[in-house]
Amino acid sequence: MNTKLEIQDGAAAQEFIKGLWKENPVFVAVLGMCPALAVTNSGINGLAMGLATTFVLISSSVLVSLLRNAIPKQVRITAYIVIIATFVTVIDFLLAAFFPDIHKELGAFIALIVVNCLILGRQESFASKNSVGLAVMDAAGMSFGFTFALLCIGLIREVLGSGSIFGFGLFGEGFEPWIVMILPPGGFFALGFLLLGFNWYAQRKKAMA
Amino acid sequence: MNELIWIFISALLVNNFTLSLFLGLCPFLGVTQRLETAFRLGLANIFVMVITAIASYVLNTWVLIYAPYLRLISFIIVIASTVQFVEMAIKKLSPDLFKALGIFLPLITTNCAILGLALFSTNKGYGFMEGIVYALGAGGGVTLALVLLAGIREETKILNIPKIVEGTALNLIIAGIVSMAFMGFAGLFANAA
Repeated sequence: MNTKLEIQDGAAAQEFIKGLWKENPVFVAVLGMCPALAVTNSGINGLAMGLATTFVLISSSVLVSLLRNAIPKQVRITAYIVIIATFVTVIDFLLAAFFPDIHKELGAFIALIVVNCLILGRQESFASKNSVGLAVMDAAGMSFGFTFALLCIGLIREVLGSGSIFGFGLFGEGFEPWIVMILPPGGFFALGFLLLGFNWYAQRKKAMA
Repeated sequence: MNELIWIFISALLVNNFTLSLFLGLCPFLGVTQRLETAFRLGLANIFVMVITAIASYVLNTWVLIYAPYLRLISFIIVIASTVQFVEMAIKKLSPDLFKALGIFLPLITTNCAILGLALFSTNKGYGFMEGIVYALGAGGGVTLALVLLAGIREETKILNIPKIVEGTALNLIIAGIVSMAFMGFAGLFANAA
């Protein structure tokens, strides 16, 4: 039963799944807060930021994992940052060329993906120590978890703050939008109450067990 | 002169880096256990921001006009190494100041508020003086936010708080309320600007 292939398959799937829920970067580890709150005033913005981060995280994990034996220990952080910054520049120009509207909406926050602690954290703690395959699975899981979290926050804020989902109106004329939810405080509130909900759920589960 | 004052107030209150642009949240949530620490972190932040403003001005004026696509990479490398050098210089020249800023100097360098400052002031096309004033305002705003949150958190320690709210959830909700208060500054320069 314990053939080598099976272990590898299981490990890869596990690396992927842990990022989605159990070690979700935003909800559990509370990493990468700046983009998670700054650009999530609508579902589409949250999704765009999540996908841009996905691209950067997966590409730099591949490169870091390939170069893991070539990069000297003393300068590794600098090397990671240069690699990450390169891919961020790539996605910045790609978005400006193909999706100018989204690029304008997200503004300088695309460039700020460089300092998203989630990305550097994955390079340091995973990609630099594992093979390319595992590193890709880990990066994909983490970044899909990140995108999922951003989409959740973005949708909550959009539904409450503008009464729509992805720009389509939900409630009709009678709905008075909670303007505060699309303003900066709404970001803090949305994530704060989401975490509160998770805490409550975890405690209830523990009490029932 | 008037314009400089607007830049300062706008960065300090209206577009507060932490509370309305969400920059520098990691230290905002991580290091605000005690008022004293939060204040010193804020001071170190102002210091690094002013150096960043000077460095990014130099880069923008003399280097990046030839290679604009290198902006991000050069910003992050130059800022990080400049802060390292300044840190060594301070250690040598003024041990007291070094002790006051302490461990925070190197930590701040990788803070998103620093890179954010460089990028925003580039996008806004600020000159030398404007950049420095913007850095002072932004740093002051970060300090203000840190001190406010630390003050409230010190108070919450003696309160009886339900277990599920404790930790990050509580801090975020407090931050949201403080941020809501800062939204009140939004119309401050509506007719002036």
